[in-house]
Amino acid sequence: MNPLDMQTSSIAVTPGTRDDGYNFAYLDERTKRMIRRAILKAVAIPGYQVAFGSREMPLPYGWGTGGIQVTAAVIGPQDVLKVIDQGADDTVNAVNIRRFFQRTTGVAVTERTREATLIQTRHRIPETPLAKHQIIVYQVPQPEPLQRLEPRAFETRRMHGLAEYGLMHVKLYEDIARFGHVATTYDYPVMVNDRYLMAPSPIPKFDNPKMHMNPALQLFGAGREKRIYAIPPFTKVQSLAFDDHPFAVQKWSASCELCGAADSFLDEVVVDDRGGRIHACSDSDYCRERREGSVQP
Amino acid sequence: MNGLTPIDLSTIGRGFDNLALDSQAVFRLALSAMSRPGDIQELTAGIESPAGLHPAAGAVLLALLDQDTRLWLSPAFAGGHVSTYLRFHTGCVLVADAAEADFVLVANVSELPALCALSLGSEEYPERSATVVLQVEELSNSAGWPLSGPGIEGAKVLRIEGLDEGFVTQWRQAQAEFPRGVDLFAASAGSLAALPRTTRLEA
Amino acid sequence: MYVAVKGGERAILGSYALIGEQRRGDPGVPELSLEQIKQQLRLAVDRVMTEGSVYDRDLAALALKQASGDTVEAIFLLRAYRTTLPRFGYTRAVDTAGMRLWRRISATFKDLPGGQLLGPTYDYTQRLLDFSLEAGGETLPPAAQARAEATVAEAVPRVVDLLDSEGLIEKSAMDPSDPEPADLTRQPLDFPASRETRLQNLARGDEGFLLAMGYSTQRGYAHSHPFAGEIRYGEVEVLIEPEELGFPISIADISVTECQMVNQFAGSKTEPPKFTAGYGLTFGHCERKAMAMALVDRSLRAEELGERIESPAQMPEFVLSHSDNLEASGFVQHLKLPHYVDFQAELELVRKMRAERATDAAA
Repeated sequence: MNPLDMQTSSIAVTPGTRDDGYNFAYLDERTKRMIRRAILKAVAIPGYQVAFGSREMPLPYGWGTGGIQVTAAVIGPQDVLKVIDQGADDTVNAVNIRRFFQRTTGVAVTERTREATLIQTRHRIPETPLAKHQIIVYQVPQPEPLQRLEPRAFETRRMHGLAEYGLMHVKLYEDIARFGHVATTYDYPVMVNDRYLMAPSPIPKFDNPKMHMNPALQLFGAGREKRIYAIPPFTKVQSLAFDDHPFAVQKWSASCELCGAADSFLDEVVVDDRGGRIHACSDSDYCRERREGSVQP
Repeated sequence: MNGLTPIDLSTIGRGFDNLALDSQAVFRLALSAMSRPGDIQELTAGIESPAGLHPAAGAVLLALLDQDTRLWLSPAFAGGHVSTYLRFHTGCVLVADAAEADFVLVANVSELPALCALSLGSEEYPERSATVVLQVEELSNSAGWPLSGPGIEGAKVLRIEGLDEGFVTQWRQAQAEFPRGVDLFAASAGSLAALPRTTRLEA
Repeated sequence: MYVAVKGGERAILGSYALIGEQRRGDPGVPELSLEQIKQQLRLAVDRVMTEGSVYDRDLAALALKQASGDTVEAIFLLRAYRTTLPRFGYTRAVDTAGMRLWRRISATFKDLPGGQLLGPTYDYTQRLLDFSLEAGGETLPPAAQARAEATVAEAVPRVVDLLDSEGLIEKSAMDPSDPEPADLTRQPLDFPASRETRLQNLARGDEGFLLAMGYSTQRGYAHSHPFAGEIRYGEVEVLIEPEELGFPISIADISVTECQMVNQFAGSKTEPPKFTAGYGLTFGHCERKAMAMALVDRSLRAEELGERIESPAQMPEFVLSHSDNLEASGFVQHLKLPHYVDFQAELELVRKMRAERATDAAA
């Protein structure tokens, strides 16, 4: 039977019903324990990538299997789950992952950032500030920030051991020499707790400052690359920069066509075949809240 | 199955009622504790832990141990009911040498082994290091060592009944090895707090 | 006014219906039975079992049917199912010297104990489309006679064992401490990887990838001069030894293909010249895969044998990190997922840089 072949379709703030044919949250207990032990060590060593025995999930590698395994190890019946992809709850992969957890855990799901206790995300951090009681789980395609500079894991592991990150500084500096800018716009590397260089996953650098001293626990899962890492709450997270080239986030001259927000990350939408474009919030819940008037501009 | 000598099952206390859900609930408390060092989590697990084993300490171990983990028991627990109980419920591997253990269960503060003699991991694999579960009489946030480091918002103090300046010295010695190190859970009868290797103790 | 796109869930449910319809094809045509797939598409079943790491012809046939014959998708289904299975125990190492042979050839000796046994193979078929199969009116081959010719010998020694008796080939000595092999389905791959870990990875690796890698070693990208010492395909017994019994019991007979490639090794100051071996093993009849695996196994031993490492097929990290077709397929295909946010971030930067350049040019 295809585990995704589920017929329920509620995505409102509603409790789910669990399919008893699977263990709670799909994974067997021993696998969850292994992942939980890895998560605890990841929290104890902020920014360090803990290798774990990633399992073959019923969703493809590269589609969130790391985030799904972390969520599966953490989630309990009391949780309220929100799943987003590109900031939106309604993108197909987010829908699919949410359905997977509705089916295997029966937990309540929500689209509202404020109501969620557990948020699984791909490529965004919600605009609404996270709170202490929340956990955010990032789906990570390439956990190794040095991979594009040094593809051999044996070497990058050594570099992390020695905190030898000159290679990354050289790369950023070369960008500046060549383009006048650091040419990295997403998955922009950060230093965690002044020790580990870390890939924040492909969030836009717009979101990087949100990681710093965030009250929520941030967990990262890379299924294909078999790594788990974490940023505890209230932890220093700095985007790499130079004194003469400080880190800066993206800014738009436009604002959201739907809610008027000028402070959120905007998607550009092509609206006609004559190059007409408008901008709209990538965070669909933030946009909805503003339109409903629950957030003052 | 795992080399246990025949035992009288009726003498072994109950573990988790619902393995999946109880393990998850205890893990979440342990995760909160590790994420917010010094925060005291109330942990009332419905397990029948044998005499001497604090229910909170027992619950954390029942939630995290399995056949892939090596456990060292401090002398007061070695070879007794606690060892039978944990082996029966988790299948963990008992080791006689604390330096080989993934988890170190310490019956009371007087039996705490030297932290630097435990497995600290390596520079390249700092996670291959011991997690200590230390049984204590009482945990309190109303007095004690000021804490700082990741996970700690503003000013927080923690007092672990029975630990003195000698522990602070040891803790700092282990910390000097960062990212190598040990992480510690302190469990009283019904509560739990954690000190990950990143937490600094001001004396 | 602009309205954001919704309806992801409806689209997903719709895609289930459509793929189901496409898989079934014309309902006027009889449905495939698993028995038909098992019997008549057996090499596809064998590949799915091998790379899916489960020896179960029924499940592999089911996966192939569900995947519309897409082997990689079928392997995915089987692997995802495999993850959920409990482990009851571990078998003893399979003894391929005791294989009941259906096929056994050596390219190194014209004749040898046990002889050459051509067995079932497409090797010497003339690749002409057989239009008698098209009509469905296939005349059955004189099976009884063919089977009588394919004499199944018992316990035929392996070619490497023959070389070994002369000391001409390296001995793959057992580690005296007999350590538990790593289990890549439960532990992450770590480097440097031991040979048994590498072999485990290659056994699950994608046939096409290993074929290309193995091929590259023959074209100068590695210092490999291989001979097909032996290829054998047949049935072996699987034994387990439950602790409480204290003696082994047979739980199954499975078919496997084994390949031993023999390579020259110049020797060193301390060792006289001798041959070295590369090893390949698959479930069922996957000869191409077994041979490619043996070539790659040998080339990955470059460091151990003191050879210069210059080619991809000699680099364990390169080969082992890219051999798994589920990892590769997943990550390549994840590019289908929305990347609006990252693209937007890049778009913003490119525009900004272009604007700066235009300003600079104007100044």
